[in-house]
Amino acid sequence: MSEPINSALVEFRDVSYTVPSLPSPIISNLNLKVLRGETLVLVGESGCGKTTTLRLINRLLLPTTGQVLVEDKPTSEWNPIRLRRQTGYVIQEAGLFPHYTVERNIGLVPALEGWEESRIKNRVLELLSLVGLEAERFAQRYPGELSGGQRQRVGVARALAADPPLLLLDEPFGALDPLTRASLQNEFAELSDSLGKTAVFVTHDLREALRLGSRIGLMRAGRLAVLETPERFLESDDKYARAYIETLQLQDDHGITK
Amino acid sequence: MNFWTFLQQNWSEMLTLIREHLSLVLISTLVAVVIGLPTGILLTRKQSLRNPVLGIANIMQTIPSLALFGFLIPLPFIGGIGARTAIVALVLYALLPIIRNTVTGILGVDRNVREAAVAMGMTNSQILWQVELPLAMSVILTGIRVAMVISVGVTTIAAAVGAGGLGVYIFRGLRQYDNNLLLAGALPAALMALAADFLVGLLEQRFAVGSKKRVSVWSKTVLALFALALVLGAYGTWRAWRSPSRAAATGERVIIASKDFTESVLLAEIAAQMLESRGVAVERQFELGGNLPHDALVAGRADLYPEYTGTAYTAILGHPPITDPRAVYDQVKQEYAQKFNLDVSPPLGFENTFAILVRGADARRLGLKTISDAAPHAPKWRAGFGQDFMSRADGYPGFSRTYGLKFEEQPREMDLSLTYIALASGKVDLIAGNSTEGRIAALDLVQLADDRHYFPPYEAVYILRKEALLRVPVLAEVLAKLANAISTEEMRQLNYEVDANKRNPVDVVREWIQKRGFK
Repeated sequence: MSEPINSALVEFRDVSYTVPSLPSPIISNLNLKVLRGETLVLVGESGCGKTTTLRLINRLLLPTTGQVLVEDKPTSEWNPIRLRRQTGYVIQEAGLFPHYTVERNIGLVPALEGWEESRIKNRVLELLSLVGLEAERFAQRYPGELSGGQRQRVGVARALAADPPLLLLDEPFGALDPLTRASLQNEFAELSDSLGKTAVFVTHDLREALRLGSRIGLMRAGRLAVLETPERFLESDDKYARAYIETLQLQDDHGITK
Repeated sequence: MNFWTFLQQNWSEMLTLIREHLSLVLISTLVAVVIGLPTGILLTRKQSLRNPVLGIANIMQTIPSLALFGFLIPLPFIGGIGARTAIVALVLYALLPIIRNTVTGILGVDRNVREAAVAMGMTNSQILWQVELPLAMSVILTGIRVAMVISVGVTTIAAAVGAGGLGVYIFRGLRQYDNNLLLAGALPAALMALAADFLVGLLEQRFAVGSKKRVSVWSKTVLALFALALVLGAYGTWRAWRSPSRAAATGERVIIASKDFTESVLLAEIAAQMLESRGVAVERQFELGGNLPHDALVAGRADLYPEYTGTAYTAILGHPPITDPRAVYDQVKQEYAQKFNLDVSPPLGFENTFAILVRGADARRLGLKTISDAAPHAPKWRAGFGQDFMSRADGYPGFSRTYGLKFEEQPREMDLSLTYIALASGKVDLIAGNSTEGRIAALDLVQLADDRHYFPPYEAVYILRKEALLRVPVLAEVLAKLANAISTEEMRQLNYEVDANKRNPVDVVREWIQKRGFK
């Protein structure tokens, strides 16, 4: 990735995605650039197309029309395996393999990539400390023996394992209690600053979006309604964005201080 | 003889049967896994195939095993008599639980986990081997466990197609009412089922997901045993498939079959020994169930078996019963030649017909001589009949109509060999046995005369393939020697030696041949 800073790592060009069984498209005419190094947060209500947008990036889905470019190459021309191995993916409930230890879960992609065992081992130790889990206590545990927050940390560590330039996160902290969520959000904010990853982060929690995003994209019925930095997003005069912001203020009379 | 003495005297034969049984179970389970696992995996990929294939596997399981054997005998390559056919049938029975549990296990893998696997950039085969199969393994092993336990049970029936195994003891024990034989067959089979259940159960625990997996000595042992069983199974399969095909004997070699009752075995053994003493190699496929000997001859898998003209006339040719022995014999000989290209030997000299039997005490007390004499007492009596008698054309329905018989309750259907004991011990009051049954006198039973001539004559004959006569000319000489050679009393005596005195048919026949000077 020797491209100049601020060039797009991911670009959606007139992308639509439809399924035969549904009358209206899930994504329609989406144009969007994800810049290198930024954390783009997609918000919106359930069914607005955020998750589909994410899945179009690592070719879990292919667009019906239009193109999704990753590093200037359409996903349809990427080898899906190669594309996915250099794209970290974190989902709600983490999707850890229940029959693998924490260590094997984190070392999964490096192992698929054929790294040497000692190198994988070092990488796993490094990542465990990065996500705040003590290696001696956790490396040999199975996911079933972890709390929800611990599982999610392992999920993040697994996504980072092969040092992918791009991270996709689909409501990774959605199922956690507020305290654990807040601490994971803080840690993620620090991580993404220090690692310089490009991330696309899906959530329906605007507070989380404001805390983590360098830009916030508000989606509605398969379209991008607003795409702004957090500060300007709060001042947006888009009707739908305002409604969204007001729910926030109802919850929190003190307003939002970033 | 108590069970312990029986075991001491027969342990080596018993070990052979156990080994046969075990290898049938292992081979068939192995083949079923080799077929069922990929099929199950395929069904998780091709949803449109799922219901049809599972439906077919389901239907397989509902086919009664004897009927399935009947279908298989004429088939080339997989059919015939012996272990191969049994294995094919066992595999068909074992497929359903294996396929079904493979499908259930793989489809049961958490969606999130599968999605994560795809998104991590795993290839389809990596997902299958590293994620789906390990996570489905304990469910799949449950299927294999069920299949093995079913196999242990069904394998007892494999004795009916001459595949050996513990069923040989069970069938023989039922026939001879010998508890030692029954125990010696049923007990190891039950233990085998429990052991299979337990051992595969341990494997299942080994693959249970989400707990610490300390590889204990136990599970190591079980894994090693399992691996050993797989190797033995593979070797056995290879041996079974390489063993000479049983299709059509060649040269001076004759395959002799028999039905699964003592008299049939004795008559088959007589023919076998007579041929052997004339330098002909004989392969014995005795104790086949139902009409399988007939099927085997028609399919060219056997050359000769003992039959009764009345059975051939009514049960196989499907004619209504008639009472003239000469007419029955001629008709059977002619139609067998036309329909099946089979020949019928001259009658052996005795008839085996259904004998309506009552307890001697009852006969004397009530002065019963004929079936008509007994008819007035029937409403107070219970009757017990073999399955055969209840269903065949010359059996119960016509019999009860001819004599106007009405019993206290619907006649009990039971194994023919059990009816004698049931009668003697007062569980039933009237049975339809065989007129040559050895135990009739021993149990003080009395045969009532068929005064309305309902039962067609059942002359004993040999049925044989015409082609065998051409191939082995000495057969004709043997059959001519045996024409009219055995009287009803002699046959009863031979049966009694085996059924009541528990002697080996081979020895009983050898003595008889010597006594008669047949060599």
